[in-house]
Amino acid sequence: MTPTPRTVLNELEVDALTELVNLGISHAALSLAKMVREEVALSVPKVTLVGREEAIKILGERESKNLVAVHQVFEGDITGRVLLIFPEARSLELVRAVIGRDLSIEEIIELEQEALAETGNVILNGCLATMANLLQRNLKISLPEVIRGDSAEFFNLQPPPEAGDTVMFIYINFAVRMRNVDGYIAMLMDLPSLAAMKVLLGEFIQRTAGTSAG
Amino acid sequence: MSYKILIVDDSRLARMAVIKVLDANYPGWTRVEAANADDALRSVEESPPDAALLDFNMPGRDGLELAAELRRLKPLMPLGVISANHQQEIVARARATGASFLPKPLTEQALGEFMEDATQRLAKGAS
Repeated sequence: MTPTPRTVLNELEVDALTELVNLGISHAALSLAKMVREEVALSVPKVTLVGREEAIKILGERESKNLVAVHQVFEGDITGRVLLIFPEARSLELVRAVIGRDLSIEEIIELEQEALAETGNVILNGCLATMANLLQRNLKISLPEVIRGDSAEFFNLQPPPEAGDTVMFIYINFAVRMRNVDGYIAMLMDLPSLAAMKVLLGEFIQRTAGTSAG
Repeated sequence: MSYKILIVDDSRLARMAVIKVLDANYPGWTRVEAANADDALRSVEESPPDAALLDFNMPGRDGLELAAELRRLKPLMPLGVISANHQQEIVARARATGASFLPKPLTEQALGEFMEDATQRLAKGAS
């Protein structure tokens, strides 16, 4: 039987992963709140260990086809991709929130791509670096890339994972309520990385709770 | 005395954010901008700055490589490495080059502390 994410991590490990994601995203939300000078509301992180097709379906059912994402690759003991995703219609509003009201609409449009990349860079780095520190590992994080498309395109970025296309999909909803901006953070890993993550989570559980995941 | 600060970041927006705070709080400092390490080094050759703020995550040479190069050229110059990537390894590497680590998004307080420290060191003859 082909292993699936659900069979790779046990309940305690998923719980530990959720906690790590929670801490990472909380740091990211703090960064976003500083950038937009407003409170950022977060949903409880939902770590959903699903295959690629299911991940596409989940996001596709919740959101329209016109999405924008900031995408970064991370490499180290674990390798994967992380995406900050929100509806394309809201991207200018997010940029406006970050830049402030000093600039004209023409200037905001001119800066849109760069502002999205920089905003994504701060949020995703904040999240990944917090997780890496808690796992006591180093991650090399690529430059941010802004992409536009739908959930199928976002979860089929090239090159595909070498070891099959089973992925882990973590998503969390964040919202800047005053600005009507909300979105998701998704993390994708293939099975070998998930197996490596299992080892790191075991160490994290041991350090945190003094017990092994069993 | 007027000092000059070099701001290196591939993001124009990030440079704008730094300059906004400098304009408000340190109007006496001259600012020079560069979008990457190569441009920064060319600028340093033409007219050396008194202090530099460097983004870590840039295309080409990253901010830590640039910091090491600037440290070689100007051993005592106050340097700050700015990054949202606050991994312990990155922070330690920044400090190992004698640079301060400033987390992104940059706050007025963090930038203020760097500028105050730089001003004091320059007044004592660091450059």
